[in-house]
Amino acid sequence: MVYLTRKAEFSASHYYHNPVFSAEENRRIFGRCNNPNGHGHNYTLEVTVKGAVDARSGFVVDLKQLKEIMTREVLDAMDHRFLNKEVPEFLTQIPTTENIAIAVWQRLAPKLQKAQLHRVRVYETPDLFVDFYGEP
Amino acid sequence: MKAHLSRRYLFSASHRLHSDAMSVDENRSTYGKCNNPYGHGHNYRLEVTVSGPVDASTGMVCNLVDLDGFVEREVLSRYDLENLNTLKEFAENVPTTENLCVEIFEILQRGFPHAHLEKVRLEETMMNSFEYAGSAEPRK
Repeated sequence: MVYLTRKAEFSASHYYHNPVFSAEENRRIFGRCNNPNGHGHNYTLEVTVKGAVDARSGFVVDLKQLKEIMTREVLDAMDHRFLNKEVPEFLTQIPTTENIAIAVWQRLAPKLQKAQLHRVRVYETPDLFVDFYGEP
Repeated sequence: MKAHLSRRYLFSASHRLHSDAMSVDENRSTYGKCNNPYGHGHNYRLEVTVSGPVDASTGMVCNLVDLDGFVEREVLSRYDLENLNTLKEFAENVPTTENLCVEIFEILQRGFPHAHLEKVRLEETMMNSFEYAGSAEPRK
């Protein structure tokens, strides 16, 4: 089994708000991230897939295909977007780094054929990142 | 759904690697320049990984305010700009980055209630780093 990781970057804005909470609760729990006008990050995405090395090609996965899937399924949807307003998952969920990692997994997993998704890592900043392994 | 959240911090401290159980020559051959009696310092990069179910109402494994507050209070304010050899946990243990990594893991393990502690990773320089996950294997 070999593990292969591909990186990508996207920039997006978001804010944290739960309509079930009162205005005061939202401010207390989410702090400055509750500003409804949003704020932005340069996100770095790392997608790790695993699989056997194909004897003919020497590949775990065709990197070009992986790159295309990441671009189509994730970057086209999230890059230079206001996540809360433009990405369907985040109309109902708060676009935290945790939920972004889960959404990326759910977008990619059904599109990968030979290789198996191992980990999605999303860096919100160089000092804050989330790993999702597809665990329930 | 379960996710892993990692947060990185910076602190600077000095230490000297020296074991009373070894002779002068043995200390010198084991620790080399790190045995300099006046000590030397590093900018340590600390990476703390916690895990847990993503709370449906907040979208979070744990609130960063809680994690940052705990690490600031219990770890950074204890070690930042200190000489590690003067601290009680290193009175008998050599303050190698291995021992410091285990010590920080145990501080978090004992006191941080808001998420499950997965791993502590400590970079002594950009060229070397240490990971400790208690009785578990660090997850890749």
